[in-house]
Amino acid sequence: MTRHAPGGDPGRAGWDPVVRCGLSGRADGRAAIVGDMPRVLLIEDDQAVRDGLRLALTYQGHTVEAVETGEEGLARLAGDPADVVVLDLMLPGMDGFEVCRRIRASGDLPIIMLTARNDDIDVVAGLEAGADDYVVKPAQARVLEARIRAVLRRTGGEPRGQGPKPGPERHGDLTIDREGLVVSKHGTVIGLAPTELRLLLELSASPGRVLSRQQLLESVWDQGYLGDSRLVDACVQRLRSKIEDDAAKPVYVQTLRGFGYRFGPL
Amino acid sequence: MTGWLFRGLRTRLLVAFALLSVFTALAVAGIGYVQARDGILQRTQDNAAVEMTNQLKQLYPLPRRPVNSSALQLAADRLNGRRNSALVTSGGHSEGNMPASVITPELRGAVQSGRVAWQRVDVGGVTQLVLGSPLLIATGDRRNPTVPSGIEVYELRNLDAEIEAVNRLARDAWLAGGAALVVALILAVLAAGSVLRPVGELQRAARRLGAGDLDARIAVRGSDELASVAETFNSTADSLQRHVGELRRMEADARRFVADVSHELRTPLAAMTAVTDMLDAEAKRLPDAAGEAVRLVSQETHNLARLVNDLIEVTRFDSGTASLAVDDVDVAEAVRATLRARGFAVETDLPDGIRARVDPRRLDVIVANLVGNALRHGAEPVTVRLRGDQAGITLSVEDSGSGLDEEVLPHVFARFYKADTARSRSEGSGLGLAIAWENARLHHGELTAGNRPGGGAVFTLWLPREVRQ
Repeated sequence: MTRHAPGGDPGRAGWDPVVRCGLSGRADGRAAIVGDMPRVLLIEDDQAVRDGLRLALTYQGHTVEAVETGEEGLARLAGDPADVVVLDLMLPGMDGFEVCRRIRASGDLPIIMLTARNDDIDVVAGLEAGADDYVVKPAQARVLEARIRAVLRRTGGEPRGQGPKPGPERHGDLTIDREGLVVSKHGTVIGLAPTELRLLLELSASPGRVLSRQQLLESVWDQGYLGDSRLVDACVQRLRSKIEDDAAKPVYVQTLRGFGYRFGPL
Repeated sequence: MTGWLFRGLRTRLLVAFALLSVFTALAVAGIGYVQARDGILQRTQDNAAVEMTNQLKQLYPLPRRPVNSSALQLAADRLNGRRNSALVTSGGHSEGNMPASVITPELRGAVQSGRVAWQRVDVGGVTQLVLGSPLLIATGDRRNPTVPSGIEVYELRNLDAEIEAVNRLARDAWLAGGAALVVALILAVLAAGSVLRPVGELQRAARRLGAGDLDARIAVRGSDELASVAETFNSTADSLQRHVGELRRMEADARRFVADVSHELRTPLAAMTAVTDMLDAEAKRLPDAAGEAVRLVSQETHNLARLVNDLIEVTRFDSGTASLAVDDVDVAEAVRATLRARGFAVETDLPDGIRARVDPRRLDVIVANLVGNALRHGAEPVTVRLRGDQAGITLSVEDSGSGLDEEVLPHVFARFYKADTARSRSEGSGLGLAIAWENARLHHGELTAGNRPGGGAVFTLWLPREVRQ
């Protein structure tokens, strides 16, 4: 055995799976996932990969629905929603980007895309299409599992909300309800994907303070230095298109070239 | 090079043409001048001799001896003419308006021996012809037809006109020679140009070819030697282009093949890799041999996945599709994150606050490969040192092993290069250092390998503060 698992989640030295069933919850206690085991919809056209991932995620305790095409996946979502979608970008028929856009258009379901290593452009396009995170194939189950867990944590409540429950904050035209996880502008609720919401919460928690991409990767994506800063950039773009009056002249989420991003000043 | 050519071949041609023309002009004009001069003077002398002989006939019959001075004077008066003056001498008496001093003893001797003789003398800077002739008396005796009369006649002739003609001839010869030299030089310049222009074209084309422009060709003019050189150059360039094209095609094919194979391997590997964690977990419960087999499959699946990933990464560098996602990072923090994530135990000298705009993931790959390599092939302790200056950052990874052999150093970043041939397969893919090197190059930085004075290898990474794209 190697001492260091290549490509492993930096935060976790080992992987000790527990076969869990029923309503046992998370063994690590880090996540607060509403309901029982997370249901994963896996959309992957290659049967071997699909079977491998289904086996591994099921072994982890997830409930896995595995389908072959994007059309099938969308149909499945319409009937029985999942907690997270694991989506291969290269699909026959409707491709992964289109599936991603359609899922994103109809809700805030977290999406993790599976991508080939040499397809940098695909990564960017997938993130722009609304994916929350991506995993490069071939990937160990624990890597995918860590990403699933991280993205699901973003759908949970405010992780630092130990003190008295704060009321909704007002920032210009934006109202951010940290407790209810609702963001509205001029009184209209804005539908934000979980990662976008978590990013906005992270930035708006300290208005005027510059957060580097690495800091944001660590706090929002649980990835830190070994993460891909394009995750942050793509998510900022999507967030701006939803909350800014003019995404080209952002007011709420401002870029400081060479340093990172900052909420305000308004 | 052009300067050298200009000084060299052109000058040599000019000098050769000039020498040739000077020699030819000298030869032609010189021989012509000498012959013409001699001819003119000879004719003048001959004419003068004939004329004098004709005049002498007027002196007959000769006065009886002893000849008195009035008779001599009479003779001299008859001989005096427009262009000449005469002197008639007999037995020590001389009469006439020609100065006796111009008559040299040789001439006098020749005349006294009974011959008609002449000599050119210089009188006050003017060349003159002195003719001398004895007057003879016919005896009617067959054996001894004449006897000297004792009277000698000398004539001084002015040669101004002839000398003038000869001088004109010389001047014309010089002028013609000079003109020939000028024409020869002009011709030389033109000839040098006509030779050097194609040579210059050839040189420019050869330089372009050398610089990698395989389309470089020369226009072939005429059918001389230079044209044949140009044809040879063109056909050589054709065949070079063909061969290079062939090689490039083969190389591209080989690279595409590696890329295709890597991609084809990825899908089955993705399926296998997905279940390795499960296999590892279940292996504990399996009987020893089966568990070991399962662990072996799992481990080798990881190795294979790493190899394929590295191969795909290399093909991305080769195809130029590798791109940078730069971010402003604190380098020390980034290096520490890499060491922490890999669980590398090394000594560090990482001052905070050294920032650079780099691709953090690629920096991670470089550092992980360098430190991993040092721990595997060198000996502990391994030290990671960071320094920064205005232009960039320098990160060195030193180990305490025996260092790299001199013959290994040039190849240490080569793909699949194994310094130790005894080791059939190392823990890495054999591509780690090559990928680290490519990543450094992608940042417009550099990665070098060397040995520390005290022993042990040192790999030094330099990255610019900001990548110019």
